[in-house]
Amino acid sequence: MRNAFAAKLTELASNDDSIMLFYADIGNRLFNNLKEVAPTRTINAGIAEANMASMASGAAMMGHKPFIYTITPFTTARNFEQIKIDIAYQNQPVIIVGTGSGLSYANLGPTHHSFEDIALMRALPNMNIVCPADADELAILMPQLIALNAPCYFRIGKKNEPKVHSTLPALKFGQAYVMNPGKSVAILANGTIMPVAQQLHQELLQHGIEAELVSFHTVKPLDSTYLSNAASRFEHLITLEEHNVNGGFGSAVLEYYNEQCMAVNVHRFGIPDRFIDQVSSQHTARIKAGLDIDTIVNTLKSRQVL
Amino acid sequence: MVELEKISANIRYTLCDVSSKTSTPHLGSCLSCTDILSTLYWQVLNVEPQQPKSKDRDYFLLGKGHAASALYTTLAYRGYFPIEDLYQHGSDGSQFEEHPGIHAPAGVETVSGSLGHALSLASGMALSAKVQGLSNRFYVLMGDGEINEGTVWEAAMFAPAKQLNNLVAIVDFNKLQGTGESCEIMHLEPLDEKWRAFGWHTIRVNGHDHQALIEAFDAAQVQQQPVCIIADTIKGKGISFMENDNNWHYRIPTVDEVMMAKEELGLK
Ligand SMILES: Cc1ncc(C[n+]2csc(CCOP(=O)(O)OP(=O)(O)O)c2C)c(N)n1
Repeated sequence: MRNAFAAKLTELASNDDSIMLFYADIGNRLFNNLKEVAPTRTINAGIAEANMASMASGAAMMGHKPFIYTITPFTTARNFEQIKIDIAYQNQPVIIVGTGSGLSYANLGPTHHSFEDIALMRALPNMNIVCPADADELAILMPQLIALNAPCYFRIGKKNEPKVHSTLPALKFGQAYVMNPGKSVAILANGTIMPVAQQLHQELLQHGIEAELVSFHTVKPLDSTYLSNAASRFEHLITLEEHNVNGGFGSAVLEYYNEQCMAVNVHRFGIPDRFIDQVSSQHTARIKAGLDIDTIVNTLKSRQVL
Repeated sequence: MVELEKISANIRYTLCDVSSKTSTPHLGSCLSCTDILSTLYWQVLNVEPQQPKSKDRDYFLLGKGHAASALYTTLAYRGYFPIEDLYQHGSDGSQFEEHPGIHAPAGVETVSGSLGHALSLASGMALSAKVQGLSNRFYVLMGDGEINEGTVWEAAMFAPAKQLNNLVAIVDFNKLQGTGESCEIMHLEPLDEKWRAFGWHTIRVNGHDHQALIEAFDAAQVQQQPVCIIADTIKGKGISFMENDNNWHYRIPTVDEVMMAKEELGLK
Protein backbone atom coordinates (compact mmCIF):
# COMPACT_ATOMS: atom_id res chain seq x y z
CA MET A 1 0.00 0.00 0.00
CA ARG A 2 2.84 2.38 0.71
CA ASN A 3 4.08 1.86 -2.85
CA ALA A 4 0.61 2.65 -4.15
CA PHE A 5 0.59 5.74 -1.96
CA ALA A 6 3.93 6.96 -3.35
CA ALA A 7 2.86 6.24 -6.94
CA LYS A 8 -0.48 8.02 -6.60
CA LEU A 9 1.09 10.96 -4.83
CA THR A 10 3.64 11.31 -7.63
CA GLU A 11 0.85 11.31 -10.18
CA LEU A 12 -1.21 13.85 -8.27
CA ALA A 13 1.75 16.11 -7.49
CA SER A 14 2.80 16.26 -11.13
CA ASN A 15 -0.59 17.78 -11.97
CA ASP A 16 -1.03 19.93 -8.90
CA ASP A 17 1.78 22.28 -7.82
CA SER A 18 0.27 22.79 -4.41
CA ILE A 19 0.75 19.22 -3.23
CA MET A 20 3.63 18.82 -0.82
CA LEU A 21 4.99 15.88 1.14
CA PHE A 22 6.69 15.95 4.52
CA TYR A 23 8.05 12.57 5.64
CA ALA A 24 9.86 11.76 8.85
CA ASP A 25 12.96 9.86 7.67
CA ILE A 26 10.98 6.81 6.63
CA GLY A 27 10.60 5.07 3.28
CA ASN A 28 14.06 4.59 1.83
CA ARG A 29 13.81 5.24 -1.93
CA LEU A 30 10.00 5.18 -1.73
CA PHE A 31 9.73 8.79 -2.83
CA ASN A 32 12.47 8.84 -5.47
CA ASN A 33 10.00 9.38 -8.31
CA LEU A 34 8.18 12.07 -6.40
CA LYS A 35 11.50 13.81 -5.77
CA GLU A 36 12.03 13.97 -9.51
CA VAL A 37 8.62 15.40 -10.20
CA ALA A 38 8.51 17.73 -7.22
CA PRO A 39 12.01 18.19 -5.77
CA THR A 40 11.17 21.30 -3.75
CA ARG A 41 7.93 19.81 -2.46
CA THR A 42 9.35 16.51 -1.18
CA ILE A 43 10.72 17.27 2.25
CA ASN A 44 12.48 14.93 4.67
CA ALA A 45 11.49 16.58 7.93
CA GLY A 46 13.84 14.39 9.94
CA ILE A 47 12.87 12.24 12.89
CA ALA A 48 10.89 15.12 14.34
CA GLU A 49 7.24 14.31 13.92
CA ALA A 50 5.81 17.01 16.16
CA ASN A 51 7.65 19.70 14.26
CA MET A 52 6.58 18.05 11.00
CA ALA A 53 2.87 18.28 11.88
CA SER A 54 3.04 21.96 12.75
CA MET A 55 5.20 22.75 9.71
CA ALA A 56 2.64 21.07 7.47
CA SER A 57 -0.06 23.25 8.98
CA GLY A 58 2.08 26.30 8.35
CA ALA A 59 2.60 25.29 4.72
CA ALA A 60 -1.15 24.79 4.39
CA MET A 61 -1.74 28.30 5.72
CA MET A 62 0.46 29.54 2.87
CA GLY A 63 -1.51 27.69 0.21
CA HIS A 64 0.05 24.26 -0.03
CA LYS A 65 -1.84 20.98 0.32
CA PRO A 66 0.55 19.06 2.53
CA PHE A 67 0.72 15.38 3.36
CA ILE A 68 2.63 14.17 6.41
CA TYR A 69 3.87 10.62 6.31
CA THR A 70 5.54 8.17 8.66
CA ILE A 71 4.83 5.00 10.65
CA THR A 72 1.37 5.35 12.20
CA PRO A 73 2.13 5.87 15.92
CA PHE A 74 4.68 8.56 15.08
CA THR A 75 2.34 10.45 12.77
CA THR A 76 -0.65 10.34 15.11
CA ALA A 77 0.32 9.86 18.75
CA ARG A 78 3.82 11.34 18.92
CA ASN A 79 2.55 14.64 17.51
CA PHE A 80 -1.03 14.53 18.71
CA GLU A 81 -1.23 17.96 20.25
CA GLN A 82 0.27 19.58 17.16
CA ILE A 83 -2.43 17.84 15.13
CA LYS A 84 -5.13 18.96 17.55
CA ILE A 85 -4.26 22.65 17.60
CA ASP A 86 -2.42 23.36 14.37
CA ILE A 87 -4.28 21.05 12.01
CA ALA A 88 -7.72 20.30 13.48
CA TYR A 89 -8.58 23.44 15.44
CA GLN A 90 -7.16 25.79 12.81
CA ASN A 91 -8.88 23.58 10.25
CA GLN A 92 -5.97 23.27 7.84
CA PRO A 93 -6.09 20.88 4.87
CA VAL A 94 -3.29 18.58 5.96
CA ILE A 95 -3.56 14.89 5.12
CA ILE A 96 -2.01 12.82 7.88
CA VAL A 97 -0.86 9.48 6.51
CA GLY A 98 -0.19 6.60 8.88
CA THR A 99 1.64 3.76 7.19
CA GLY A 100 1.83 0.26 8.66
CA SER A 101 -1.26 0.87 10.77
CA GLY A 102 -2.78 -1.55 13.27
CA LEU A 103 -0.62 -4.63 13.61
CA SER A 104 1.09 -4.36 10.20
CA TYR A 105 4.46 -3.98 11.92
CA ALA A 106 3.57 -6.77 14.33
CA ASN A 107 7.09 -8.06 14.94
CA LEU A 108 8.44 -4.57 15.65
CA GLY A 109 6.48 -4.52 18.90
CA PRO A 110 4.13 -2.09 20.64
CA THR A 111 6.26 0.96 19.81
CA HIS A 112 5.36 0.39 16.17
CA HIS A 113 1.77 -0.81 16.62
CA SER A 114 -1.12 1.57 16.46
CA PHE A 115 -4.53 0.61 17.62
CA GLU A 116 -5.37 3.81 19.42
CA ASP A 117 -5.03 6.10 16.40
CA ILE A 118 -8.63 6.05 15.19
CA ALA A 119 -9.83 6.74 18.74
CA LEU A 120 -7.47 9.72 18.97
CA MET A 121 -8.46 11.14 15.61
CA ARG A 122 -12.18 10.55 16.19
CA ALA A 123 -11.98 12.78 19.23
CA LEU A 124 -10.80 15.74 17.16
CA PRO A 125 -13.44 18.07 15.74
CA ASN A 126 -12.95 18.86 12.01
CA MET A 127 -11.00 15.64 11.42
CA ASN A 128 -12.01 13.23 8.65
CA ILE A 129 -10.90 9.60 8.90
CA VAL A 130 -10.46 7.22 5.98
CA CYS A 131 -9.03 3.71 6.11
CA PRO A 132 -8.65 2.03 2.70
CA ALA A 133 -8.64 -1.77 2.56
CA ASP A 134 -6.11 -2.19 -0.23
CA ALA A 135 -4.04 -0.35 -2.84
CA ASP A 136 -7.03 0.11 -5.16
CA GLU A 137 -9.15 1.70 -2.46
CA LEU A 138 -6.21 3.92 -1.55
CA ALA A 139 -5.75 5.18 -5.10
CA ILE A 140 -9.47 5.82 -5.61
CA LEU A 141 -9.96 7.66 -2.34
CA MET A 142 -6.81 9.78 -2.28
CA PRO A 143 -7.89 12.44 -4.81
CA GLN A 144 -11.21 12.73 -2.99
CA LEU A 145 -9.38 13.53 0.24
CA ILE A 146 -7.44 16.31 -1.43
CA ALA A 147 -10.72 17.68 -2.76
CA LEU A 148 -12.10 17.86 0.78
CA ASN A 149 -9.66 20.65 1.52
CA ALA A 150 -9.92 19.81 5.22
CA PRO A 151 -7.96 17.95 7.92
CA CYS A 152 -7.88 14.28 7.16
CA TYR A 153 -6.37 11.14 8.64
CA PHE A 154 -5.52 8.48 6.05
CA ARG A 155 -4.81 5.13 7.73
CA ILE A 156 -2.99 2.78 5.39
CA GLY A 157 -1.18 -0.58 5.49
CA LYS A 158 2.39 -1.58 4.75
CA LYS A 159 3.03 -3.66 1.66
CA ASN A 160 1.58 -6.67 -0.15
CA GLU A 161 -1.90 -6.32 1.27
CA PRO A 162 -4.14 -8.70 -0.70
CA LYS A 163 -6.28 -7.11 -3.39
CA VAL A 164 -9.86 -7.25 -2.14
CA HIS A 165 -11.86 -6.14 -5.20
CA SER A 166 -11.99 -8.04 -8.51
CA THR A 167 -12.92 -4.86 -10.39
CA LEU A 168 -12.20 -1.28 -9.45
CA PRO A 169 -14.90 -0.23 -6.98
CA ALA A 170 -16.74 3.09 -7.33
CA LEU A 171 -15.86 4.25 -3.84
CA LYS A 172 -17.06 7.58 -2.53
CA PHE A 173 -15.62 9.33 0.49
CA GLY A 174 -18.10 9.08 3.35
CA GLN A 175 -20.15 6.28 1.81
CA ALA A 176 -20.13 2.65 2.83
CA TYR A 177 -19.43 0.45 -0.18
CA VAL A 178 -21.46 -2.74 -0.52
CA MET A 179 -19.25 -5.46 -1.99
CA ASN A 180 -21.78 -8.28 -1.71
CA PRO A 181 -25.42 -7.49 -0.99
CA GLY A 182 -27.02 -9.84 1.50
CA LYS A 183 -29.64 -10.29 4.16
CA SER A 184 -30.07 -10.95 7.89
CA VAL A 185 -26.38 -10.33 8.71
CA ALA A 186 -24.05 -7.55 7.57
CA ILE A 187 -20.29 -7.58 7.91
CA LEU A 188 -18.92 -4.05 8.10
CA ALA A 189 -15.17 -4.08 7.66
CA ASN A 190 -12.86 -1.13 8.15
CA GLY A 191 -9.48 -1.00 6.42
CA THR A 192 -6.88 -3.71 5.98
CA ILE A 193 -8.76 -6.34 7.98
CA MET A 194 -10.96 -6.85 4.88
CA PRO A 195 -9.45 -10.23 3.89
CA VAL A 196 -10.58 -11.63 7.26
CA ALA A 197 -14.04 -10.17 6.61
CA GLN A 198 -14.08 -11.92 3.23
CA GLN A 199 -13.17 -15.20 4.91
CA LEU A 200 -15.97 -14.64 7.39
CA HIS A 201 -18.35 -13.95 4.54
CA GLN A 202 -17.46 -17.34 3.01
CA GLU A 203 -17.80 -19.05 6.35
CA LEU A 204 -21.30 -17.62 6.84
CA LEU A 205 -22.27 -18.82 3.36
CA GLN A 206 -21.35 -22.32 4.45
CA HIS A 207 -23.75 -21.89 7.34
CA GLY A 208 -26.43 -20.88 4.87
CA ILE A 209 -26.23 -17.18 5.67
CA GLU A 210 -25.89 -14.81 2.76
CA ALA A 211 -24.37 -11.93 4.62
CA GLU A 212 -23.88 -8.45 3.22
CA LEU A 213 -20.21 -7.51 2.97
CA VAL A 214 -19.35 -3.84 3.23
CA SER A 215 -16.14 -1.87 2.91
CA PHE A 216 -16.68 0.82 5.53
CA HIS A 217 -13.59 2.85 4.67
CA THR A 218 -14.74 6.19 6.07
CA VAL A 219 -15.03 6.29 9.86
CA LYS A 220 -15.63 10.00 10.12
CA PRO A 221 -18.06 11.23 8.96
CA LEU A 222 -19.88 7.97 9.48
CA ASP A 223 -22.32 6.92 6.75
CA SER A 224 -25.52 7.37 8.76
CA THR A 225 -27.76 6.71 5.75
CA TYR A 226 -26.35 3.23 5.37
CA LEU A 227 -26.45 2.55 9.11
CA SER A 228 -29.97 3.79 9.55
CA ASN A 229 -31.25 1.51 6.78
CA ALA A 230 -29.15 -1.36 8.04
CA ALA A 231 -30.91 -1.23 11.39
CA SER A 232 -34.11 -2.51 9.83
CA ARG A 233 -32.55 -4.71 7.15
CA PHE A 234 -30.38 -6.92 9.37
CA GLU A 235 -30.73 -8.95 12.53
CA HIS A 236 -27.03 -8.74 13.27
CA LEU A 237 -24.28 -6.31 12.38
CA ILE A 238 -20.67 -7.41 12.66
CA THR A 239 -17.93 -4.79 12.73
CA LEU A 240 -14.30 -5.68 12.05
CA GLU A 241 -11.24 -3.50 12.47
CA GLU A 242 -7.55 -3.80 13.30
CA HIS A 243 -7.85 -1.29 16.12
CA ASN A 244 -8.67 -1.38 19.81
CA VAL A 245 -12.21 -2.67 20.01
CA ASN A 246 -12.92 0.37 22.15
CA GLY A 247 -12.87 3.80 20.61
CA GLY A 248 -12.64 2.84 16.96
CA PHE A 249 -14.98 2.08 14.12
CA GLY A 250 -17.20 -0.40 15.99
CA SER A 251 -17.59 2.06 18.82
CA ALA A 252 -18.60 4.76 16.34
CA VAL A 253 -21.32 2.45 14.99
CA LEU A 254 -22.60 1.68 18.49
CA GLU A 255 -22.61 5.34 19.43
CA TYR A 256 -24.57 6.19 16.32
CA TYR A 257 -27.31 3.67 17.11
CA ASN A 258 -27.37 4.74 20.72
CA GLU A 259 -27.89 8.37 19.75
CA GLN A 260 -30.70 7.37 17.39
CA CYS A 261 -32.27 5.19 20.10
CA MET A 262 -32.12 2.24 17.71
CA ALA A 263 -31.69 -1.21 19.21
CA VAL A 264 -29.39 -3.18 16.93
CA ASN A 265 -27.29 -6.27 17.62
CA VAL A 266 -23.79 -5.02 16.95
CA HIS A 267 -20.94 -7.50 17.34
CA ARG A 268 -17.64 -5.68 17.48
CA PHE A 269 -14.38 -7.39 16.60
CA GLY A 270 -11.09 -5.62 17.10
CA ILE A 271 -8.01 -5.81 19.26
CA PRO A 272 -8.82 -6.40 22.94
CA ASP A 273 -7.74 -3.75 25.41
CA ARG A 274 -4.21 -5.03 25.96
CA PHE A 275 -0.79 -4.64 24.33
CA ILE A 276 0.18 -7.31 21.82
CA ASP A 277 3.84 -8.30 21.92
CA GLN A 278 6.25 -11.21 21.41
CA VAL A 279 4.85 -11.96 17.96
CA SER A 280 6.71 -12.78 14.76
CA SER A 281 4.18 -11.64 12.17
CA GLN A 282 0.89 -9.88 11.57
CA HIS A 283 -0.68 -13.31 11.23
CA THR A 284 0.36 -14.50 14.69
CA ALA A 285 -0.39 -11.07 16.13
CA ARG A 286 -3.98 -11.31 14.88
CA ILE A 287 -4.31 -14.76 16.41
CA LYS A 288 -2.95 -13.45 19.71
CA ALA A 289 -5.47 -10.60 19.52
CA GLY A 290 -8.35 -12.99 18.72
CA LEU A 291 -8.77 -11.28 15.38
CA ASP A 292 -8.57 -14.47 13.34
CA ILE A 293 -11.36 -16.30 11.58
CA ASP A 294 -11.60 -19.20 14.08
CA THR A 295 -11.97 -16.98 17.11
CA ILE A 296 -14.49 -14.75 15.37
CA VAL A 297 -16.61 -17.71 14.22
CA ASN A 298 -16.55 -19.26 17.70
CA THR A 299 -17.62 -15.99 19.28
CA LEU A 300 -20.47 -15.63 16.79
CA LYS A 301 -21.55 -19.21 17.54
CA SER A 302 -21.55 -18.55 21.26
CA ARG A 303 -23.78 -15.56 20.61
CA GLN A 304 -26.12 -17.65 18.48
CA VAL A 305 -25.51 -15.59 15.38
CA LEU A 306 -24.48 -18.83 13.66
CA MET B 1 42.62 -3.27 24.48
CA VAL B 2 43.50 -6.35 22.50
CA GLU B 3 40.84 -8.11 24.51
CA LEU B 4 38.19 -5.48 23.82
CA GLU B 5 38.97 -5.63 20.15
CA LYS B 6 38.57 -9.39 20.13
CA ILE B 7 35.29 -9.20 22.04
CA SER B 8 34.01 -6.59 19.61
CA ALA B 9 34.97 -8.71 16.61
CA ASN B 10 33.08 -11.67 18.04
CA ILE B 11 30.05 -9.54 18.80
CA ARG B 12 30.15 -8.22 15.23
CA TYR B 13 30.26 -11.71 13.82
CA THR B 14 27.33 -12.88 15.97
CA LEU B 15 25.36 -9.79 14.96
CA CYS B 16 25.80 -10.73 11.29
CA ASP B 17 24.99 -14.37 11.88
CA VAL B 18 21.88 -13.68 13.97
CA SER B 19 20.72 -11.10 11.44
CA SER B 20 21.14 -13.58 8.61
CA LYS B 21 19.48 -16.49 10.39
CA THR B 22 16.58 -14.58 11.97
CA SER B 23 16.10 -11.84 9.34
CA THR B 24 16.84 -9.09 11.82
CA PRO B 25 17.40 -5.71 10.14
CA HIS B 26 19.44 -2.70 11.32
CA LEU B 27 22.79 -4.46 11.10
CA GLY B 28 24.61 -1.26 10.07
CA SER B 29 23.12 0.50 13.11
CA CYS B 30 24.35 -2.29 15.40
CA LEU B 31 27.89 -2.42 14.02
CA SER B 32 28.15 1.32 14.46
CA CYS B 33 27.77 1.15 18.25
CA THR B 34 29.47 -2.19 18.97
CA ASP B 35 32.69 -0.63 20.27
CA ILE B 36 30.83 1.83 22.47
CA LEU B 37 28.82 -1.01 24.01
CA SER B 38 31.81 -3.29 24.57
CA THR B 39 33.73 -0.45 26.20
CA LEU B 40 30.80 0.34 28.46
CA TYR B 41 30.04 -3.24 29.49
CA TRP B 42 33.63 -4.39 30.01
CA GLN B 43 35.32 -1.22 31.27
CA VAL B 44 32.85 1.34 32.54
CA LEU B 45 29.51 0.14 33.87
CA ASN B 46 29.23 -1.13 37.40
CA VAL B 47 27.12 -4.19 36.57
CA GLU B 48 27.04 -7.84 37.57
CA PRO B 49 25.54 -10.19 34.99
CA GLN B 50 24.68 -12.71 37.71
CA GLN B 51 22.78 -10.04 39.62
CA PRO B 52 21.32 -7.90 36.88
CA LYS B 53 18.93 -6.15 39.26
CA SER B 54 21.47 -5.25 41.96
CA LYS B 55 20.49 -1.98 43.60
CA ASP B 56 23.77 -0.17 43.13
CA ARG B 57 24.18 -0.98 39.46
CA ASP B 58 24.78 1.53 36.72
CA TYR B 59 22.02 1.84 34.16
CA PHE B 60 22.48 1.70 30.42
CA LEU B 61 19.57 2.91 28.27
CA LEU B 62 19.50 2.26 24.55
CA GLY B 63 17.78 5.20 22.88
CA LYS B 64 18.18 3.84 19.36
CA GLY B 65 16.07 0.80 20.12
CA HIS B 66 16.27 -0.50 16.57
CA ALA B 67 19.84 -1.54 17.47
CA ALA B 68 18.43 -3.91 20.09
CA SER B 69 20.45 -6.75 18.66
CA ALA B 70 23.68 -4.93 19.53
CA LEU B 71 22.54 -4.66 23.14
CA TYR B 72 21.28 -8.26 23.36
CA THR B 73 24.51 -9.59 21.84
CA THR B 74 26.71 -7.50 24.12
CA LEU B 75 24.77 -8.72 27.15
CA ALA B 76 25.08 -12.33 25.98
CA TYR B 77 28.87 -12.06 25.59
CA ARG B 78 29.06 -10.35 28.98
CA GLY B 79 27.39 -13.40 30.51
CA TYR B 80 23.81 -12.31 31.15
CA PHE B 81 22.38 -15.25 29.18
CA PRO B 82 23.64 -17.85 26.69
CA ILE B 83 24.72 -16.66 23.25
CA GLU B 84 22.56 -19.38 21.63
CA ASP B 85 19.46 -17.64 23.03
CA LEU B 86 20.05 -14.80 20.59
CA TYR B 87 18.88 -17.02 17.77
CA GLN B 88 15.32 -16.83 19.14
CA HIS B 89 15.31 -13.23 17.97
CA GLY B 90 11.92 -12.23 16.61
CA SER B 91 10.20 -15.60 16.93
CA ASP B 92 6.79 -16.00 18.56
CA GLY B 93 7.06 -15.78 22.34
CA SER B 94 10.70 -14.65 22.26
CA GLN B 95 12.17 -12.30 24.85
CA PHE B 96 14.32 -10.88 22.09
CA GLU B 97 11.96 -8.63 20.21
CA GLU B 98 13.02 -6.43 17.34
CA HIS B 99 12.71 -3.50 19.70
CA PRO B 100 13.22 -4.19 23.41
CA GLY B 101 9.84 -4.80 25.04
CA ILE B 102 8.73 -5.45 28.61
CA HIS B 103 9.67 -9.14 28.31
CA ALA B 104 13.29 -8.44 27.42
CA PRO B 105 15.82 -10.28 29.60
CA ALA B 106 17.21 -8.70 32.73
CA GLY B 107 19.96 -6.31 31.79
CA VAL B 108 17.72 -4.44 29.37
CA GLU B 109 16.49 -1.60 31.54
CA THR B 110 13.67 -0.01 29.55
CA VAL B 111 11.46 -0.46 26.53
CA SER B 112 12.82 1.24 23.43
CA GLY B 113 11.99 1.59 19.75
CA SER B 114 10.28 4.94 19.60
CA LEU B 115 13.24 7.26 19.20
CA GLY B 116 13.88 10.11 21.58
CA HIS B 117 12.58 8.74 24.88
CA ALA B 118 15.72 7.47 26.56
CA LEU B 119 17.48 10.70 27.51
CA SER B 120 14.30 11.90 29.20
CA LEU B 121 13.80 8.59 31.03
CA ALA B 122 17.42 8.64 32.17
CA SER B 123 17.15 12.26 33.27
CA GLY B 124 14.23 11.27 35.49
CA MET B 125 16.20 8.32 36.87
CA ALA B 126 19.27 10.44 37.47
CA LEU B 127 17.22 13.12 39.20
CA SER B 128 15.45 10.58 41.38
CA ALA B 129 18.76 8.96 42.31
CA LYS B 130 20.22 12.32 43.29
CA VAL B 131 17.22 13.25 45.38
CA GLN B 132 17.54 9.91 47.18
CA GLY B 133 21.29 10.24 47.59
CA LEU B 134 21.99 7.13 45.50
CA SER B 135 25.27 6.59 43.70
CA ASN B 136 24.07 4.88 40.50
CA ARG B 137 25.19 6.33 37.20
CA PHE B 138 23.10 6.52 34.03
CA TYR B 139 24.32 6.11 30.45
CA VAL B 140 22.23 6.75 27.36
CA LEU B 141 23.15 5.88 23.78
CA MET B 142 21.39 7.85 21.05
CA GLY B 143 21.60 7.85 17.27
CA ASP B 144 22.45 11.03 15.39
CA GLY B 145 19.04 10.72 13.72
CA GLU B 146 17.39 10.13 17.05
CA ILE B 147 18.56 13.51 18.27
CA ASN B 148 16.32 15.11 15.63
CA GLU B 149 13.59 14.62 18.19
CA GLY B 150 12.65 17.73 20.15
CA THR B 151 12.37 15.81 23.42
CA VAL B 152 16.11 15.14 23.31
CA TRP B 153 16.78 18.87 23.43
CA GLU B 154 14.19 19.38 26.16
CA ALA B 155 16.13 16.91 28.30
CA ALA B 156 19.37 18.51 27.13
CA MET B 157 18.24 21.80 28.69
CA PHE B 158 16.88 20.19 31.84
CA ALA B 159 19.75 17.95 32.92
CA PRO B 160 22.40 20.69 33.24
CA ALA B 161 19.91 22.90 35.06
CA LYS B 162 19.77 20.24 37.78
CA GLN B 163 23.49 19.43 37.53
CA LEU B 164 22.83 15.79 36.81
CA ASN B 165 26.48 14.78 36.81
CA ASN B 166 25.42 11.16 37.22
CA LEU B 167 24.18 11.23 33.62
CA VAL B 168 26.20 10.52 30.48
CA ALA B 169 24.73 10.89 26.99
CA ILE B 170 26.55 9.25 24.09
CA VAL B 171 25.72 10.18 20.50
CA ASP B 172 26.56 7.49 17.95
CA PHE B 173 27.49 10.02 15.29
CA ASN B 174 27.71 7.84 12.17
CA LYS B 175 26.43 10.61 9.86
CA LEU B 176 23.60 8.46 8.50
CA GLN B 177 20.01 8.00 9.60
CA GLY B 178 17.01 6.14 8.16
CA THR B 179 16.83 7.60 4.66
CA GLY B 180 19.81 9.85 4.23
CA GLU B 181 22.73 11.81 5.59
CA SER B 182 22.21 13.18 9.06
CA CYS B 183 24.00 16.47 8.43
CA GLU B 184 21.94 17.15 5.30
CA ILE B 185 18.53 16.30 6.76
CA MET B 186 19.17 18.45 9.84
CA HIS B 187 21.82 21.03 10.62
CA LEU B 188 23.75 19.05 13.23
CA GLU B 189 27.29 20.39 13.19
CA PRO B 190 29.11 21.57 15.15
CA LEU B 191 27.45 18.96 17.31
CA ASP B 192 29.91 19.10 20.20
CA GLU B 193 29.57 22.88 20.38
CA LYS B 194 25.81 22.52 20.55
CA TRP B 195 25.86 20.22 23.57
CA ARG B 196 28.50 22.39 25.19
CA ALA B 197 26.32 25.45 24.70
CA PHE B 198 23.44 23.55 26.31
CA GLY B 199 25.54 23.12 29.44
CA TRP B 200 27.01 19.65 29.03
CA HIS B 201 30.64 18.76 29.56
CA THR B 202 31.26 17.54 26.03
CA ILE B 203 33.97 15.26 24.71
CA ARG B 204 34.37 14.29 21.06
CA VAL B 205 36.08 10.96 20.35
CA ASN B 206 36.58 8.29 17.74
CA GLY B 207 33.79 5.88 18.64
CA HIS B 208 35.77 2.88 17.46
CA ASP B 209 38.88 3.61 19.52
CA HIS B 210 38.43 1.72 22.77
CA GLN B 211 41.27 3.54 24.52
CA ALA B 212 39.87 6.94 23.59
CA LEU B 213 36.42 5.86 24.72
CA ILE B 214 37.74 4.65 28.07
CA GLU B 215 39.50 7.97 28.62
CA ALA B 216 36.33 9.86 27.80
CA PHE B 217 34.25 7.76 30.20
CA ASP B 218 36.91 8.20 32.89
CA ALA B 219 36.80 11.96 32.42
CA ALA B 220 33.01 11.80 32.65
CA GLN B 221 33.23 10.43 36.21
CA VAL B 222 34.62 13.63 37.70
CA GLN B 223 32.45 16.38 36.24
CA GLN B 224 30.01 18.68 37.97
CA GLN B 225 27.67 18.68 34.98
CA PRO B 226 26.11 15.99 32.84
CA VAL B 227 28.48 14.70 30.18
CA CYS B 228 27.91 14.25 26.48
CA ILE B 229 30.27 12.08 24.46
CA ILE B 230 30.05 12.67 20.74
CA ALA B 231 31.39 9.46 19.25
CA ASP B 232 32.36 9.73 15.60
CA THR B 233 31.47 6.36 14.16
CA ILE B 234 30.96 4.51 10.90
CA LYS B 235 27.65 2.83 10.17
CA GLY B 236 28.41 -0.81 9.33
CA LYS B 237 31.88 -0.55 10.94
CA GLY B 238 34.13 -3.56 10.61
CA ILE B 239 32.67 -5.13 7.48
CA SER B 240 34.06 -3.31 4.44
CA PHE B 241 31.06 -3.87 2.19
CA MET B 242 28.67 -2.60 4.85
CA GLU B 243 30.60 0.48 5.94
CA ASN B 244 28.81 3.75 5.13
CA ASP B 245 26.30 1.91 2.94
CA ASN B 246 22.88 2.79 4.34
CA ASN B 247 21.24 -0.14 2.58
CA TRP B 248 22.41 -2.06 5.64
CA HIS B 249 19.93 -0.12 7.72
CA TYR B 250 17.44 -2.71 6.43
CA ARG B 251 19.35 -5.37 4.47
CA ILE B 252 19.82 -8.92 5.73
CA PRO B 253 23.15 -10.61 4.91
CA THR B 254 23.22 -13.86 2.97
CA VAL B 255 25.10 -16.88 4.29
CA ASP B 256 28.02 -16.05 1.98
CA GLU B 257 28.12 -12.48 3.20
CA VAL B 258 28.28 -13.72 6.78
CA MET B 259 31.28 -15.88 5.84
CA MET B 260 32.97 -12.90 4.19
CA ALA B 261 32.27 -10.81 7.28
CA LYS B 262 33.79 -13.50 9.50
CA GLU B 263 36.95 -13.51 7.45
CA GLU B 264 37.25 -9.73 7.50
CA LEU B 265 36.86 -9.77 11.26
CA GLY B 266 39.82 -12.13 11.46
CA LEU B 267 37.82 -14.93 13.05
CA LYS B 268 38.15 -18.60 12.22
C1 LIG C 1 9.87 8.30 16.97
C2 LIG C 1 10.38 7.44 15.87
N1 LIG C 1 10.31 7.88 14.59
C3 LIG C 1 10.73 7.10 13.59
C4 LIG C 1 11.25 5.85 13.82
C5 LIG C 1 11.67 4.96 12.67
N2 LIG C 1 13.13 4.83 12.61
C6 LIG C 1 13.76 3.75 13.10
S1 LIG C 1 15.42 3.82 12.94
C7 LIG C 1 15.34 5.33 12.19
C8 LIG C 1 16.61 6.04 11.82
C9 LIG C 1 17.49 6.23 13.01
O1 LIG C 1 18.68 6.89 12.68
P1 LIG C 1 19.81 7.08 13.76
O2 LIG C 1 19.25 7.52 15.05
O3 LIG C 1 20.86 7.95 13.16
O4 LIG C 1 20.37 5.61 13.99
P2 LIG C 1 21.37 4.76 13.08
O5 LIG C 1 21.75 5.56 11.87
O6 LIG C 1 22.54 4.50 13.94
O7 LIG C 1 20.63 3.53 12.75
C10 LIG C 1 14.00 5.74 12.06
C11 LIG C 1 13.57 6.99 11.44
C12 LIG C 1 11.29 5.42 15.16
N3 LIG C 1 11.74 4.20 15.49
N4 LIG C 1 10.87 6.23 16.16
